[in-house]
Amino acid sequence: MRRRFSDSASRRVNDSTSQRVNESTIRRVSESANQRSAESLNRRFVLAESLIRRIAPWLGVSIFLGLFFFYPLTRILALSLDFSALTADNFTLTFYVLRFTFFQAFLSTLLTLLIGLPAAYLFARFDFRGKSLLRLLTAIPFMLPTVVVAAGFNALLGPRGWVNLGLMRLFGLESPPIVFVYTLWAILLAHVFYNTTIVIRVVGTALAHLDPRLEQAARLLGADARRAFWRVTLPLLRPPILAASLLVFLFDFTSFGVILLLGGPRFATLEVEIYVQAIQIFNLPLAAVLSFIQLLCTLAFSILYSRLVTRLAVTVAPRPAETNLRRARNWREKLCVGGMALLLLALFLLPMASLPLRSVAHLESARGERTAVSYGLTGDYYAELFVNRLGSLFYVPPFEALANSLIYAAVTVVLSLALGFPVASALARPGRLEHLLDPFLMLPLGASAVTLGLGFIITFNKPLITDHWSLITSPLLVPLAHTIIALPFVIRSLQPALASIPDRLRQAAASLGASPRRVWFTVDWPIVARATLAAAIFAFTVSLGEFGATSLVYRPEYPTLPIAIYRFLSQPGGLNYGQAMAMATILMGVCATGIFLIEHLRLPGAGEF
Amino acid sequence: MLQLLDISKDYENKPLLRGISFTVTANETVCLLGASGSGKSTLLRIIAGLEPPDQGTVRWEERDLASVPAHLRNFGLVFQDYALFPHLSVFENIAFGLRMQNLPRPEIEQRVREAVAQVNLTGFEKRGVSDLSGGEQQRVALARALAPRPRLLMLDEPLGALDRALRERLQGELRGILHATGVPAIYVTHDQEEAFAIADRVLLLHEGEIVRDGSPAEVWNEPGSAWEARFLGLGNVVEGVVRFEVGKLKVETSAGVFELGCRHAHRAGEKVNLLLRPSGVRLAADGNLRGVVADVLFHQDQFKVTLESGLYFYLPEAPPVGGEIRLRVLQSGIQCLANDDFIGLGC
Repeated sequence: MRRRFSDSASRRVNDSTSQRVNESTIRRVSESANQRSAESLNRRFVLAESLIRRIAPWLGVSIFLGLFFFYPLTRILALSLDFSALTADNFTLTFYVLRFTFFQAFLSTLLTLLIGLPAAYLFARFDFRGKSLLRLLTAIPFMLPTVVVAAGFNALLGPRGWVNLGLMRLFGLESPPIVFVYTLWAILLAHVFYNTTIVIRVVGTALAHLDPRLEQAARLLGADARRAFWRVTLPLLRPPILAASLLVFLFDFTSFGVILLLGGPRFATLEVEIYVQAIQIFNLPLAAVLSFIQLLCTLAFSILYSRLVTRLAVTVAPRPAETNLRRARNWREKLCVGGMALLLLALFLLPMASLPLRSVAHLESARGERTAVSYGLTGDYYAELFVNRLGSLFYVPPFEALANSLIYAAVTVVLSLALGFPVASALARPGRLEHLLDPFLMLPLGASAVTLGLGFIITFNKPLITDHWSLITSPLLVPLAHTIIALPFVIRSLQPALASIPDRLRQAAASLGASPRRVWFTVDWPIVARATLAAAIFAFTVSLGEFGATSLVYRPEYPTLPIAIYRFLSQPGGLNYGQAMAMATILMGVCATGIFLIEHLRLPGAGEF
Repeated sequence: MLQLLDISKDYENKPLLRGISFTVTANETVCLLGASGSGKSTLLRIIAGLEPPDQGTVRWEERDLASVPAHLRNFGLVFQDYALFPHLSVFENIAFGLRMQNLPRPEIEQRVREAVAQVNLTGFEKRGVSDLSGGEQQRVALARALAPRPRLLMLDEPLGALDRALRERLQGELRGILHATGVPAIYVTHDQEEAFAIADRVLLLHEGEIVRDGSPAEVWNEPGSAWEARFLGLGNVVEGVVRFEVGKLKVETSAGVFELGCRHAHRAGEKVNLLLRPSGVRLAADGNLRGVVADVLFHQDQFKVTLESGLYFYLPEAPPVGGEIRLRVLQSGIQCLANDDFIGLGC
């Protein structure tokens, strides 16, 4: 759940109206007052009131972000500058971790481009049956929780996955022939699965909007198709390709759940190492140092990316995308188009399809016995979710994890809407204050979830009010972290909708005699309602699937669904595996429904990366 | 040199071009004139080899070009919005075609210099194309198309995006360059004034067919049909009925009864269209065309006088609005036109 929203288009609406209203209020007030002193007092009062009105929407968010984002960050910073972590051992560890982080991110990006660039070409230039469906299919993974993706690949290629069990049965093998989980390949493939859609969107959009006559001009000047592509098309696509690569690299660099679940303990990236140091070794100073490095890296990438994006608009001419589209003409083109479409279908459909299928399939014996295996459909894994089989106090049945997740998600929705709505309305008619504060709102996007979790651990590990009530022991910490993560998305999906309501509509309604409240209900509400619902679903699915921060701050007695999936997936036994599959399927279903609803609620053109 | 034979093309299952045939000879500038959507640009793309025709052949010096791809035809095309390469400088844009010919570097530089000088852009070589004004971009596009010395130059509404004053200046320059290089050219436009100013020959495209092929003077003086007269803006087209003919033809219209000479025979009661040229009248007390002045506009050295009937004329002095005037129609100011149903039969 890592979608970026463009903010450039929505900033234009000016705030002249509110100023005008204030001015007229001032004038009216001053006219009614006869004495000078009373007038100036009134003026001061009205000015103060308008100042309060401008600042008020920011109060909640400022306090919230200050307390739960910026303060924890400064705590990390302070701890990392403690120098107690600066030993030679830690230095080599950091070096290896950093090297692997860059290595896997670089390799993942390369592979993503290898699949994504031809896919972008396919979508931008060719028309074929089932295209929109395939495009939707490639976009879904981007929004899926990491545990779901990890479970999906596990269901396909894991030791108990379809492929391995199928091969074992087919050839009578004793052990799974394909070793996929806990290899570098698992990490790389999952990253490709996640981020190919970025390349398709960014590069594909640029390609579709590229003026087709530029290529034709090259052809007429004597360039054959190949030279026209290399000399004209590719150079023009360089900025979008660079931007997409950087974005993909950034996501691969900060990836956590996929690496922890599919890579296992052998492959420690910065994120995983922060988690290991904080949770398993409890070396908080080292974790803080790693977080600090992580923050610096993401900051650098983000700055580079936003500078690239501003250059994007210059080279891409706005042309109708249809003119570039055509059907495959000869058998070679048909082969390429068909092959690429099939490859994409396999890459995206197989992991997503094998997960729900695996959750209802009985493919192996129950207790490690290799005899008397009954194959077939089963609902056992779902039924088992409601049973506390171990009878242990510390064991939490999966359905309770689901209930916890739903409660956390509900709290996250309420919190992020309550905080985000006033700010989004203020941002919809931005003044100097808004332009100044806007970047700060988006900063949480730059900090990784694990860093956020670490900040929470460091900051709230002391009793806050009394010995009996501290935040660290409170289950409230999870939705607080989720709210920090969801807030930028909520604001960015509300803001364009709120900004899209032209002031003239409000003025027209007011001039027809509607009171301000009725104006809001008749003009604003119909548009706002859709956007609010979309933002709420967004926050809900973010919270439901969040794994990075949750894995650090959750209370063992109140695990979330992703945490439960992680626990069950790392435990032996077919039943545990099946339950993990069942839970991941439920999570995938809810998130996919959310994605579908958001797509339908979204205003056209409002949501890009 | 260039020969088109019976070219037809459908667009979305509707005929866009129907049986187009014409030739372009050496040193000749042919203007393809037609309303927007008449298939002019498609015809250019077919000649360029960017699109195949559904039917018919394009030949160059008797050779069928069907199997020759666009990049081997050596035809230059100036696109409507120029389609300059935004990632390349002025120099690199113009040098592009020369590089594709794998010419040695000094020759490329030499020829770009020549091309730049030809279009009056010396000193602009290092500029990026997005910094240029519309007129400058137009010149770069022309230089880019001319630099590889194409056998044929095609221009697709090359002045369409420019303002009027610049357009008129560039028209003259363009004509000079075309004549200086001697390259045969096909010039596509929807603006009849531009076509008349540039062309050696005008081809009138209407509903996918060439309805007229002649020199600008021929097309101007002898419009073939009411549609032509209207499209070219030659003057007032009035419907009338042939009354009787005693040696001379008389036509009764809503504007009055006119006597005129015509090369062709007419039957009494037949419906005909008349063209009343706006400059072909004089104010006269005994004039047979009368009407109430609805509007007077100052127009260059004359006045454009519009009558309440909708007819308009150019007069040397301004009559008062609301007053009745009488006009005598000169012999040269009235013509008989063929109905649109009889296109090609002439009148």
